Order: sequence, then structure tokens, then C-alpha cells
Amino acid sequence: MISEAVVDLSRWQFAATSLYHFLFVPLTLGLSFLLAIMESTYVMTGKEIYKDMTQFWGKLFGINFALGVTTGLTMEFQFGMNWSYFSHYVGDVFGAPLAIEGLMAFFLESTFVGLFFFGWDKLGKGQHLLVTWLVALGSNLSALWILVANGWMQNPVGAEFNYETMRMEISSFSALLFNPAAQVKFVHTVAAGYTTASAFVLGISAYYMLKGRDAAFAQRSYTIAAGFGLAAILSVIVLGDESGYTDGEVQKTKLAAIEAEWHTVEPPAAFTVVGIPDQEAMETHYAIKIPWVLGLIGTRSIDEPITGLSEILEKNRLRIRDGMKAYSLLQTLRAGSKDANVRAEFDHYKQDLGYGLLLKRYTENVVDATDQQIELAAQYSIPRVVPLFWTFRIMVACGFIMLAIFIFAVIASSIRKCRQDWLLRASLYMMPLPWIASELGWFVAEFGRQPWTIAEILPTFLSASSLTELDLYLSLAGYIGLYTVFLIIEMFLMLKFIKLGPSSLHKGRYHFEIATGASL
Amino acid sequence: MIFDYETLRVIWWALLGALLIGFAMTGGFDLGVAILLPFLGKNDSERRVIINSIGATWEGNQVWFITAGGALFAAWPIAYSVAFSGFYFALLLTLFALFLRPIGFDYRSKLPSRKWRSNWDIALFVGGFVPALIFGVAFGNLLQGVPFHFDNDMRIFYTGSFWALLNPFALAAGLLSLAMLIMHGAVYLQLKTEGDIHRRCKKAATVFAIITLAVFALAGIWIANIDGYHISTEVLPNAPSNPLAKTVYKEPGLWLDNYANYPLLWAVPGLAFIAGAATLALSKIEQPGLAFITSSLTLASVILTAGVSMFPFLIPSSSAMNSSLTVWDASSSPTTLKIMFWVTVIFLPIVVAYTTWVFRVLRGKVTLEHIHQNDHTAY
Repeated sequence: MISEAVVDLSRWQFAATSLYHFLFVPLTLGLSFLLAIMESTYVMTGKEIYKDMTQFWGKLFGINFALGVTTGLTMEFQFGMNWSYFSHYVGDVFGAPLAIEGLMAFFLESTFVGLFFFGWDKLGKGQHLLVTWLVALGSNLSALWILVANGWMQNPVGAEFNYETMRMEISSFSALLFNPAAQVKFVHTVAAGYTTASAFVLGISAYYMLKGRDAAFAQRSYTIAAGFGLAAILSVIVLGDESGYTDGEVQKTKLAAIEAEWHTVEPPAAFTVVGIPDQEAMETHYAIKIPWVLGLIGTRSIDEPITGLSEILEKNRLRIRDGMKAYSLLQTLRAGSKDANVRAEFDHYKQDLGYGLLLKRYTENVVDATDQQIELAAQYSIPRVVPLFWTFRIMVACGFIMLAIFIFAVIASSIRKCRQDWLLRASLYMMPLPWIASELGWFVAEFGRQPWTIAEILPTFLSASSLTELDLYLSLAGYIGLYTVFLIIEMFLMLKFIKLGPSSLHKGRYHFEIATGASL
Repeated sequence: MIFDYETLRVIWWALLGALLIGFAMTGGFDLGVAILLPFLGKNDSERRVIINSIGATWEGNQVWFITAGGALFAAWPIAYSVAFSGFYFALLLTLFALFLRPIGFDYRSKLPSRKWRSNWDIALFVGGFVPALIFGVAFGNLLQGVPFHFDNDMRIFYTGSFWALLNPFALAAGLLSLAMLIMHGAVYLQLKTEGDIHRRCKKAATVFAIITLAVFALAGIWIANIDGYHISTEVLPNAPSNPLAKTVYKEPGLWLDNYANYPLLWAVPGLAFIAGAATLALSKIEQPGLAFITSSLTLASVILTAGVSMFPFLIPSSSAMNSSLTVWDASSSPTTLKIMFWVTVIFLPIVVAYTTWVFRVLRGKVTLEHIHQNDHTAY
């Protein structure tokens, strides 16, 4: 049996490397589009300043992109390294979108990103613009395939268990591709990326304006970021992830946990704004509720109920017992039984096999589980509410603060000379928010899926490789050490070039290059 | 459907080989160039010439490696799981070294400090040297078999250690992959540079082509004496992927079996020698363009030699031989192989087409003048 410590360390490693990777990805997703918009403006208007904008923001894009690629390498390989049982069990399904991502998207993005930087003198205006758009297209297609893979972990449609190979296999590729959980996730994630990049450009442009530097450059950048950012943050909020939570049992469980919805109530359910969730007592103390809202958000209807955690728990107790039957029949089949009745019976119970596997945490044989062990497994099948409840609310709060600032930024940009210092300062200090929201969003989606790696199919604790604790301490230390050094170097360069501003392009027309000094 | 499971499996064995060869031919010269960087570039400007000869294209080239990893996951999930969790520290070292490349290329020339730049040069060297060595060491170990087994739930247990990977045969394989990738990098640089650097490249190409040929010959003699593996039960090429359903034995020299049965296969290692020798000659007579082609052929036939020697084995198990992974029992389902086949058939040619276009746009030599003129934008 694989030790709890190894599983926990593997999870920490995955969380650390993913969260770190996701510091860079949203900015790449959004900034690539902003660059394409700026360059399109350059090509249409012929004004050099838009070319300068493309090149300067492109420089910052490059500094960020390098670490995105670096940390992305880990992502492609650590499934096999640290989650080898997962990779065997679902590789037939999960591997496909990852491989397609490489072929269709990552090749495109990486091949053209070099030309974006070094092709200015070698390509015509139109050709270079095409290259920039292809980089943006590539990075966003990349997100699509990664989220098709991730969406399948949340809501595993289009696949069947095969007892002969002891793994999940694709039964419908189109179901995998058009998985509603994946589609919603994709839109939500790329829109969050656009928001991140807009906040990045908005904040830095505000900084130049506050310093009274490079006014024309900063104002144009600010205006583009404000418009793109407002559209993006509206998409993030309106097309929030929650609309995908009606598909799949684990998604429903996640929704109930996020909302601390302990019991199914008469629809439409009320939304708990804040409160103190208590998992033991299965109730939320001091809850402040708004009637109707949760039902409307969660189900987009007034008469569909949102399933409460205690009802889910009740159902899971039964499914664990059916899972025991499935596991027992699987053993008979694995031993070589050709009996058609056994097969038919297994097919009947196999959708609950994963629930049977939950018992492996308590007894190796599964079939001999006691009532007490079944109860433990049932409790374990519900994620912890408190972390989800709070991270979700902080994420949403970040979203609404950004929405307000983007609205003001758009108004200020459309009425010239209306940029107040307070708004510029708010734009600057808002910069960390999209990153906080993105990281918390990852946490809500993935922690909320626990105890599963593949919802209802494969428990997390079974997914890990059979490594030792020492192996994992060493690799985790290596990742954290290297990543920390990289982050320090990256921040150092980023800040240096932000401070230099467009003067770093050496075009001879920006703040630090003008001999007479500051232009106010 | 026109393909049966057996055909699909063979196609996917070939496609995986094609992706690896694609990586060796493109990403391979990037690794070689990075290894040569501190030795062939005597000052900062020369080093920038070398870095900028691959600066705009290395990123796309590396995707061959990432896609090969993804394809292994999609088409051979059991092999992906066994290899990546088994070779844990070898892969970790490779990853850590590869980390240094994106940031090394992008950050190195962003600051004028001498120390900053020379540190990144060392980082880029490590980022080339370690992966080039470990790829060969990994192949050397695959050829000898690695100690792993499955339990009844198909959970993988790897019982070897990292240090055991560094055995003499594997190190020889590591030396081979190092030498051939350096040769490839040297030939590429010879094509892309002029003057002093160009002359030094020519020397490096000669030396490493000779080492490549010598070590490849040595490995060939060696392989006749190490254990090869063979399936002794009936092979069921259309059966579901269950690696536990066969019996395997091992015996010295069995890796030459395929050549005995199909003598035509000798052409593969033969081509490696011919192409290697041709590279040597073409580089000497100042035909770096043709030398690049023959050097690519050398890499392709060396990799293919390892593949056909082991066929149908992917990862033989030295500790529980019956758990060995073969083409017939470690693949994805026919549906997945089919889907991935069509995706590859459509997208790989598109990738090759636009990659060719990008190389065409960036064709021509990188010169010292170019670096001086583009001091603030070049790597």
C-alpha cells in the first residue's frame, strides 16, 4: 500500500508546480492578444507608436513567456513521474488532448514566437502581424486542449472502464471534446487570462502617467487595456465556472461545498454571502443569505434544486456498497472468468467501481470492508468545505473589485483629461488581484474535486507513483529551490524593464533618452 | 476502418520514432550548439553569434520533444508511466537542465554585465549537455532492460536505483548521443557562421563525427554480448493491451535476432556509418548544407538502429521479464490510436510546412555585424 506521506508530498509537488506555472500562463494568454491588437492598430493606422507599444509590451511578454515555457515542461512530464498509476489508468483518454495540444497548439505558438521577436526586419508588415496573431492563436488553443483534459478530470464523459486492460478507454471522442465542463472552463480561464494581461498593462501604464512619463505611449496603452479588460472581466464573471457545475456528480458536490449547501432545500436556493461553515455539525453559523440567488446562478432556473451535501453523502454510502460488488466482480474477471453473467453483472455495477476503490484507503481487499470503514470512506468522499467556501469568495471579491476599476478606467479613457490620480493609483494597486484570483480559481476547481483525480473513477491516493518519501523530498526541494531563484531573476528583470519603460527600445524618443530630462 | 489493431500499433511505434528523430534533427542541434557555446565563442560577441544562430528557432524545435512525450502518453500510456516514474531522477535532472534554456536564451543578453552573461553561458551549456547525455543513458538502459514489475491492479513498482542507471554500457550510449548531437550542432553552426567561429566548427564537426562513428561501432560489438529479450509464447498482436499475458526470456545476443531474420535491416546501422562518414567528408570540403543533411541521417539511423534491434520490445523488464512492455501489449486502445493517427497525419505536415517557412525567413549567416547592429534586440 502506498503511504499517505508519499501521496501528500506528491500532491504538494503538483500543487506547487501547477500554481507556479499558472503565475505565467494567464499573462501569456492575454498579453499575446493585446500584442496582436496593438500591432493590428499599427498596421491599420501606420503610426509608429503602436509598433513601439507592440515591441515594448512584447519585451515584457518575452520575460514572462520564458518562465511559462520552463514551468510548462514540468507539467507535461510529471504525470508520468509522480502520478504513474493515474497515467496508466486514464492515459488512453487523458493523454490524447495533451498530445494534440503539442501538435496543434504548442508547435504553432513556439515556432512563431521566435519570428515575433526576430522577424521585424525580415517580414512585411502584414506577415509580421500574421505571425503575432498565430502566437496568440497558438497559446489560446493550448489552453483549449489542456482544459479539455482537465475538464475530463472533473466530469469524465466519453470513456469506459475495460477490465482486460484495467484502465479507462475512450468511447466517444466528441463527448470528450464537447464536454460542457471543459467548454465552460476554457472560456472562464482564457477570459481570466485576458483580464490578467489587461490589469498588467493598465497598472504599468498608470504608473507611467503618475510619474508623468511617456504620456502618449502610456495613455494609448491604458485605453486599449481598459477596453479589453472590461470585456474580459465581464466574461469571467458572467461565464463564471459555476454554470458548468450542474454536469457530473462531483461538480455538483463541489458546488455544494463551495456554497456550504449542507442540505437540499426547496428551490430556488439562497446564496450564503458569508458565514462560518462547520463540517462536523453540517451547518453554517452566522450565515448571511440572499434568497434565490444561488438557485439562479447554479441551475439557471427557479425550480431545479441544488443537491445538498448530506443528500450527496447518503447517496455515496450506497454507491460505495455497489462499488464493493463491482470490485469483487472485477477480481473474478481479472482471474480469467469468461462467464457472461459475471460480465453483465460487472457492467451493471461498474460505474461505482471508483467508489469501491475509495475503500482501498482503509482495507486492501475492499470486499471485506466493515460498516465503519464504509462510513469513513463516505465522509472522505466529500471535500472539506471551509477552504473552498473562503477561497471562492475571495476570488469573486477580487473579480468585482476589478470590474469596478475597469468600468472607471473605460469611462476615464473615453472622456479625455478625466484620468484622476486616485483612479491611476487604483489601477496600479489592482495589479496583484488577477493573479490572486487565478491561483484561487485553480484551487477551487482542483481541491473541490477531491478526493478524486478523475471524478468518481480514480481516487487521488491511488493515483500516485510508488516512490519513496525521500525521492519526493528531494524533488520537491529541487523544484522549490530552482523555481524560487527563477522567480527572483524574473521579477528583477521585469521590474528593471518596467522602470525603463519604452526607453528600453532605444528608439531615441522616450523619457530616459530625451536629453532635456523629464517631460511632464 | 482500414487499419487493424496490429497495423495501428506498428504505425504508432513508427510515429513515436519519427517524433524522436524529429527532435534529434531539430532540437538536437540546439543542444549541440549550446554545448559548444563556451568553447567556440571566445568573446561576448562571438557567443552572441552562436546563440543567435539558434535563438529564433530553438523554441519550436524543443516542441518535438514535448510532443514526443505527449504522444508516448497518448499512444503508449503504460510505457509512459513506467519510464517516467522509473527513471525519476534521470528525468528530473533532464527537466532541471532544460529549465535553464528558455530563461538562458531570453535573459542572457538583457543586461550588459559580463558576469551575468558568462553565468548564463554556463547555464546554457548545462542545459545542452545534461539532456544530451541522459537521453543516451536512457536508451542504454532500455536496451539492457530495467527492473520493474506490476501487481494485479497494474500498479507499477520500479526496483532499480538512479546510480544503477550509470552502468558502462549506458554511459557508452550516453557518450554516443552526446557526440552525435555535438557533431550535428557543429555542422549546423558551420552552416550559419563565418570566419573564426566557422573554422572552429569545422574542427569540432570532424572530431565529434569520428567519436560518433567509433562509439557506434563499439556499441554494436557490445550489444552482441549483452542480454537481449524474446517473447517465447505466442504473440497476439490484436489482443487488448495486457503486459502480463506473455512469457519472456533473455539471452546474450538476442538483440541481433531481428537482423538475422530480416538481413535487409542491416541497412539501418549501415546507413549510420555511411552518413556519419559522409558528414565528416562534406564538412571538410565546405559543404555544410549537405553535411547537415547527412548528419541528420546519421542521427535518424542511430535512433532507428536501437528501435529495430529491440522491436517489438519498448521497455524490457530485467527483474520480472514477463512484465516487459512490447508494441503488442502496451498501447492505447484501437480507438485512441486511430484518433491520434488522424490528428498526426493532418497536423504533422502542417507543422513541418510552417517550420520550413520560418527557417526560410531566417536563412543566411549570423554575423558579428548583425549582432552589433542589433545590440538591444538580439539575444
